[in-house]
Order: sequence, then C-alpha cells, then structure tokens
Amino acid sequence: MTKVIKLALAASVLAGGLSANDVIKGSGASFPYSVYQKWTKAYYKATGIKVDYISKGSSKGIKDAKARQVDFAGTDKPLSPKTLKKFNLYQFPGVVGAITMGYNLPSISNLKLSRSAIVAISEGKVKFWDDKLITAENAGLKLPHEKVTFVHRADGSGTTFNYTYFLSKVSKEWRTTYGAKKSLNWPGNQHIGGNKNTGVASLIKQTPYSVGYIDYADAKKNGIVMASVENKAGKYIKPSLKAFQTAAAKASLDPKKDFYAVIADPKGADSYPIVAATFILVPAEKPKMDKRVTAFFDWSYKNGQEIAKSLGFVPLPDSLTNKIKTYWEKKGIR
Amino acid sequence: MEKIFQRLSFSSASLVLLLLIGIFTTLFIAAKPAINEFGIHFLVDPTWNKEVAVEASDTTTSKSVKNNTIMDENDIMLDEDDEDSLNTITIYGGLVPIVGTILSTLIALAFALPIAMGIAVFLAEMASETISKFVGMAIELLAAIPSIIFGMWGLYYFAPIIADTFGGYQVSLLTAGLVLGVMILPFMAAITRDSMNTTPDVLKESAYALGATKFEVVKDVIFPYSKVGIIGSIILALGRALGETMAVAFLIGAVYSLPEKITDPTISIPVAMAVNFGEASGLGESALFYLGLILFVMSFIIISFAKFYFLKKVKL
Repeated sequence: MTKVIKLALAASVLAGGLSANDVIKGSGASFPYSVYQKWTKAYYKATGIKVDYISKGSSKGIKDAKARQVDFAGTDKPLSPKTLKKFNLYQFPGVVGAITMGYNLPSISNLKLSRSAIVAISEGKVKFWDDKLITAENAGLKLPHEKVTFVHRADGSGTTFNYTYFLSKVSKEWRTTYGAKKSLNWPGNQHIGGNKNTGVASLIKQTPYSVGYIDYADAKKNGIVMASVENKAGKYIKPSLKAFQTAAAKASLDPKKDFYAVIADPKGADSYPIVAATFILVPAEKPKMDKRVTAFFDWSYKNGQEIAKSLGFVPLPDSLTNKIKTYWEKKGIR
Repeated sequence: MEKIFQRLSFSSASLVLLLLIGIFTTLFIAAKPAINEFGIHFLVDPTWNKEVAVEASDTTTSKSVKNNTIMDENDIMLDEDDEDSLNTITIYGGLVPIVGTILSTLIALAFALPIAMGIAVFLAEMASETISKFVGMAIELLAAIPSIIFGMWGLYYFAPIIADTFGGYQVSLLTAGLVLGVMILPFMAAITRDSMNTTPDVLKESAYALGATKFEVVKDVIFPYSKVGIIGSIILALGRALGETMAVAFLIGAVYSLPEKITDPTISIPVAMAVNFGEASGLGESALFYLGLILFVMSFIIISFAKFYFLKKVKL
C-alpha cells in the first residue's frame, strides 16, 4: 500500500518537474496583464512554448524576482541601476500604456482638463463642476453647479502608481505631500473607490458628475467619455493611440541606465501626457533561461503590436526595441 | 485495521486544531512588526497609509532635502525598496476598517432580522406544505449564490437604486450593509425556521385550545421556545457578515474615512485586506496582517459565543 503511494508521489513529482521545466514563469504588474496574457497565448500558438504570467502586482513581482521564484517579473515601477546591481537583475521595458480621465457629465462630451485642474480634482479641492479651474479652459461648455465625485482605484495598482507619478511630475505640492504610490489615502471627501478597473469603470458610468482615472483600454471598452488633457506644451490632447505613440517616441529610455525612467509627461506638442511604461526584470545569473524570456519578448515586440493596440496599449517604437536588443546582446541574454 | 482507523480519525481531528493554531501563529508573527510599531493604539487610530517625517539626524535631513526637490527631467521618485533612503515612516491605524466592519454588519442585521423572522414564522406556522417547500428551496438557493455575484449585482443594479432613493454615493456603507443583509438572510431564516419547527405540537395546541390567536401563539409560545436557536442564527449570520469580502469590496467604496452619514463610502477589514494585499509590502503588509488578526479574534469570539448558546440548549 505505502509502496504504491510512494510510487504515485514520485511519479507526480517527476511529471510536475518535467512540465515545470518547459514553462517560462513570470509574475508581477497587473497594469500590462491583459497584453502579456494575449502575447503568451499567441506565442504558444506560434512556437509551442508556454509562458505563464500571473498578475500579482508590481511589488510582489519585484519580490519574486529578488527571491528567484520566477523566470521574469513585471513591474510598473522601474528599479534603479543601483538596486538592480544589488540584486543582480537586468531590466527592460515591456509595453507602454496610457491612463485617461474618464468622466460622466450628462450631455457634455468635449471636456478639457488642465494640468492644475487634474491635480486639484485629485486633491479634492475642486468641489463643483463650475469651479473656475475647470470653466477657464472650457469656455464653450455650460458646466453645471453639481458636486464633483472623484473615482479612484480601491485596490493597490500600477495604474494608481502611474497616475500619481504624473501628478507628482506636474505638481510639486503633490510630490511633497503624497508622492507616487500604488495605493493612496486620497484627500478630500468627495471621492469613492472602485474595485479593479471594472469597479472604477462602472462607478464612473453609473455616477452622474463623476470623474476618475482609468486605463485607456477599459475606458474604451466601457464607452466612457474621456477628457482632453493639457500636455507639457500647453496643448489639449484627446486620448488616442496616435497621441500615445507620439508620447512613447519622446520617452528617454536609456539602456545605459537599464532603461530606468518613468516616461510620464513627455515633451512634444502632440504627446498625450499621462503615459506609462511597464518593465520586465530577469535574473542576471541565468542567461540560458533569460534567452528564452527575451526570445518571447522579441517575438512579442515584432508580432504582438496589433494585439497591444487592440487592448489600448502602445507597441514600443522600433528605435526603442533596437536599443533593447543591443542591451540584451551586451548582457549576453539574447 | 481497527488501530489504523482510530489513528486516522484522531489525526484528522488534530489536524483541524493544528491548522487553527498554525493560522493564528502565522497571523501573529506576520502582524508582529505592526503590533510593535503601533501597539494597541492601532485600534483607535483613524489614519491609514499616511507618511510622516521622522525626526531625522543630520545625515538624513540633508537627504530629505534632496529627495523633496525635483532634480531633473528624468528624475525618479525614491525607491521604496531602497530602505536606506527612507526618511519617513508610514502610519497605519485600524479604526476606520474596524468601524466600517461593525457598522456594515449592524446595518445588515437590522435589515435582515425582521425579514428573516417573518419568513421563518410564515414557513413554520402559516404556509401550506407545498408553499413552505417551495419558498424553503428558494431560500436555500439564495444561500448558495457565490458572493461575487452579489457584488456584481449590487454594483450594477442595486447601487443606482440606493443612490436614487437615499441620495449620496452609489457605493456606500448603506449599499454594502443592505447587500450583506440579503446575503445573511437565508442563513437566519433557515436556522430560525428549523428551531421554530422544534416547538412541540402539544404546546401549540394547548395554547390554541385556551383560545390564543395565531399571533399570540407565535409571540408567547414559539418565540420563547426557540429563542436560543434564533440567537444562535443571529450570531452565525454575524460571523458571516463580518468576514464577507468580495461582495463588500465592490460596494463599500474603499475610502479610508469615518462615515459621517450612512450613505458615505468607507471600508471594512476584509476589504482593506483584499484590495491592498496585492501591492502591499513591509510595514503596510504587516498592518494588514494586524487587521486580519483583529478580525480573526472578533469572529472567534462571536462564534464561540454562539457555540456556548447552542451547548446550553443541549444541556437543557
């Protein structure tokens, strides 16, 4: 009896071990999860190599990478070259996404939000829609004297990090008081939290006179009206894939610094300001596995562009993917 | 064979105990940093995730100055993983989630209790056999609905109705409490009905024979007789309402502030844990474990309270 059990156990361990060897395991950031998931599926179809990516959140991804529990990890927050060296990791960007200001104002569909208005709304300082900060830029619109309800993510998320990072770049006051965080105790008392993107989307849709930050893909899917946002050049840009691409092209991601940069609020008259790159970490001492990981991303950069676009993400521009490839070659992981 | 059987059943039984102690210990160990940091003050502190500057020595002051000025175009926020560069401490307090948990549970109870009693009396005393069977089945089905479905239903259909009727926000203490009420309703109704059914027919018939009306029989015979079971059902429902996570996460609003009105958004312990765990690290993670420990102790007390009531009943 016991022999049978032992045999069965050994067999299952063996089988498990074998199949686990075939799979490339990844975990981390939830922001790019929808893209990575589709990429892994397409990659499996094309090559028969299985890649598993579990959406755990950036900080858990970083932890997993440090503990060497995964073959690669996703993070929205890039690690500094110093930290990378300390934990013997390499880093490169995965995909670029954008965050939009979705709102629900009956019969208004071309709202413009200035940088200071966005910060003030997030701080809970704008109480009513006919506040001067908002009306100043929307001369043609008749904004009602209704309470502003700010909708934010209830759960910790990369979306919140990238949004608050943008706020920190725009406003010094925001930077010193709140900073960029994955979850935040939002100030003011006219805000509600939605669970995940679904929660935020449905709250914006169901609450009249609400406004909130939400990633482009979910806003589009749910038919949420998105505001034009003032960029660094002072121009109002409507969220669109083209505007995101323009922004991504302006991003200064430097392979010498392990691409350590958050790309929010880039230069350029036609760049949409609230964009974010999300990153991949791989352990430096496992070049053999890393080569398989980079092969997957290489394939995805090339063949996953349409998938990324359909999900509201921006494929990395060629100039950047070439830089990444040289980075891989230099590190011997290509 | 006899021996193997004995050992097997013994080890199954002790496994439960081991698990319980194990869970408590891991919770406690994981919560230890937060307990050391905030102590019992955690229970009354309404701030959550708030950074305050630490009284720094000379070296860290210079650093903090550096960190607070925007240096250049591509400068990045300080990395929270670089522990040496931290010059602030984050304060965590559990008062808001604790109050949110208790209030949402009380609203649920206030909503569900009268309805559950009505259902139970109707099923046990008034309904014909077929209707009783049919409604009883519906109640059991209601209990079988997964909580996430209650959450989605509450968010998409119930929340707008609440906001239209009572004003205020769609996701709020009230919305969460009412949906929780619907969720605990079947448990309370079913247990209450069962304990009402245990009332001996002799007692009821004697009361009727003395000229008591149906209402008087329910009030003076059935309720006193099944009182213990009813209290037990309330406490069990309480235990479920306290720990409910998924449905409430969609409905309570997840805002760390004490509600001034019943239609204000707030947060409960399980929700705070569920929505923050994915991205928590360090002291924040430990504070979540501390909250979990508090919830564990709270439900433990309530369940054992219920157990004692049931035990008493057996002795009688």
